Amino acid sequence: MNDATGTRDGLDDATRREFLKRLAVAGAAASFGAIGLILPESAGALATSDYDWTRHRWVYLIDTRKCIGCGACVRACRVENDVPDGMYRTWVERYHIPAGGEAAVDSPDGGAGGFLPVAGAAEPGKAFFVPKICNHCEQTPCTQVCPVGASYSTRDGVVLVDAERCIGCGYCVQACPYGSRYLDPRTHTAEKCTWCYHRLVKGRSTACVGICPTAARMIGDRENPDDPINEILATQRILVLQPELLTKPQCFYLGLDMEVR
Amino acid sequence: MGILLTRDTIDNTAHDPARPQELITGGYDFTTLTDKVCGIVERRGAPRAWWVALGFMASLAAMMFGMIGYLIYKGVGVWGLNNPVGWGWAIVNFVFWVGIGHAGTLISAILYLLRQQWRTSINRFAEAMTIFAVICAGIFPGIHVGRVWVVWWLFPLPNFQAMWPNFRSPLLWDVFAVGTYATVSLLFWYTGMVPDLATLRDRATTRVRRIAYGFFALGWRGSNRHWHRYEKAYLILAGLATPLVLSVHSVVSFDFATSQIPGWHTTIFPPYFVAGAIFSGFAMVMTCLIPAREWYGLKNIVTLYHLETMAKIILATGTMVGYAYATEFFIAWYGGNPAEQFAFINRAFGPYAWAYWIMVSCNVISPQLFWFKKIRTSPAALLVICIFVNIGMWFERFVITVTSLSRDFLPAAWGYYRPTAIDVLTFVGSFGLFFTLVLLFMRFLPMIAMAEVKTVMPQKHWEDKVSRPVGDYHGTNPGDR
Repeated sequence: MNDATGTRDGLDDATRREFLKRLAVAGAAASFGAIGLILPESAGALATSDYDWTRHRWVYLIDTRKCIGCGACVRACRVENDVPDGMYRTWVERYHIPAGGEAAVDSPDGGAGGFLPVAGAAEPGKAFFVPKICNHCEQTPCTQVCPVGASYSTRDGVVLVDAERCIGCGYCVQACPYGSRYLDPRTHTAEKCTWCYHRLVKGRSTACVGICPTAARMIGDRENPDDPINEILATQRILVLQPELLTKPQCFYLGLDMEVR
Repeated sequence: MGILLTRDTIDNTAHDPARPQELITGGYDFTTLTDKVCGIVERRGAPRAWWVALGFMASLAAMMFGMIGYLIYKGVGVWGLNNPVGWGWAIVNFVFWVGIGHAGTLISAILYLLRQQWRTSINRFAEAMTIFAVICAGIFPGIHVGRVWVVWWLFPLPNFQAMWPNFRSPLLWDVFAVGTYATVSLLFWYTGMVPDLATLRDRATTRVRRIAYGFFALGWRGSNRHWHRYEKAYLILAGLATPLVLSVHSVVSFDFATSQIPGWHTTIFPPYFVAGAIFSGFAMVMTCLIPAREWYGLKNIVTLYHLETMAKIILATGTMVGYAYATEFFIAWYGGNPAEQFAFINRAFGPYAWAYWIMVSCNVISPQLFWFKKIRTSPAALLVICIFVNIGMWFERFVITVTSLSRDFLPAAWGYYRPTAIDVLTFVGSFGLFFTLVLLFMRFLPMIAMAEVKTVMPQKHWEDKVSRPVGDYHGTNPGDR
């Protein structure tokens, strides 16, 4: 175009400058338009009309001293969330630590059917149950590794998977240090505990909390000053699983033994 | 000429400072070299052995695609994956093949910048192998997802779901790292081949060949200006490819190193993976080249000196890998993290100890035999040891992936991973694909970079009438003959 005469294709310098200017303006407009398309639509509140996720902050509390290992929570979760056999969104582990011995851990079928007596249970030592669930970490190792952004944290502190978007690579399943995720064999996508988000947004509790006969489980809202969970978190000695990983779990434990991993 | 070509291999591995190695033995000149290399491609009808090999390898490759079809139909459950071992052979194979793909670009780019002239005899072959290995590698992450039909969501295509891929994910870094590596390697390979393709075009006796090679030769005429630009382009590509040699396997190692799993979460991974990749890449180059030079009579072009030099690189990188194994143990102990300590004790003495010790014997112990010159200069011994190295490097990835996952943070969920027949057949089939591509390459493209070899051949004996080069890059030059 820019040959010696400068006018081969009918553009003199002035019109060329004009042309380039217009091109730049059009280009800028097009890119801003594209950014508008790129941005997620739902930057504001959740679609549910009377639920504003900026006004809640969910946390979970497990009192291991109260758990009797009945497994009702595991069964309730299975029914509520249609969890396939052999996969668990919540499960109960039994720790048996003979005095001065090695800790033995088991969780037959996730504890769904309760626990049979363990050999050597009469020996001196300690034995207890530890319910486990997704910790809905604040620093999530799982959402970070999701290559397509299907796994995400909601504004109210719940870690979810978008099954429409998930490609099923399984990276999040490996990345979770708490073993909270699995690949659903029916959908080929990652699944996990949602803290029964579909119930939370309607003002109801999770299935596992609702069914627990000893109230060993509790879910609460840190944004709600009247929620009893806030007093417990403020006055009791609480612990999280594997604090050294710096994942900031939002599932807190009372009475956790140092052997528990 | 016939006598020259059948002359026995000369041992050019002696180190005499007064007389540098002859890189090409057997009295080749420009013409005979061109005739030799082009002759393989120009031969009418491939040897029967080639057809048998191609048939066998292509059926293995077809079997792999059958297995992939079955996998897509049924889902990843047909593999031996379980909870907690959600990554199995597919990831192991991916890392294995990406590693194999490292030698080519190292030889063609880094050794070029370092002016290692011996690279000219092997770079074409090694680069081709790199590309084929990366193709094999690319298959596995693509198929190990639950929903293969949406795997294209990994690519940052604007923009169909109001969402980009997650740029924080190491898996996405892989997409870019491996994609860039494959592209640059392919460009580099092709650019280097243009003069040789022109040679084939000019020598072509059939119309189809003339058009096919002519198309890819991009109108190369061998003019001064062509050479000038070619060499500039080659140098630039070498410069671009050099950081990629280091970056690709570093990024692959991040898949593991950025995870929390004990045994994965280590800072040593990037250099350790790169050393291992170069190690395994060179072993695979040897595994392919030793039989190829035998079958195609290329022993005077890919000489004992070349094999010996590669053996030295294998020895060096193998020792680095061994050092990395030791360092991992040291840091696990010194770091004082019980989970890490357990992970490494479990590696060496746990349920997968058999795999660990196969890895150590093949990767650390067997290449140490290359301290002996007798072994370094014996093609048979080299071939055997290089096959061991290939086995060992596959097991290294198996040990890293599976051992760590099977004993992760949750003792209640510990498991044992066993591959299924589908796993095994898919992996075996990937070798079929690899060797099918290698066989096709050997048949239809010049496997020695003729133009480059000629730059290292003649000068030092220019005054010697006997070995004075004649001909030009087209082959026979009637004026000289």
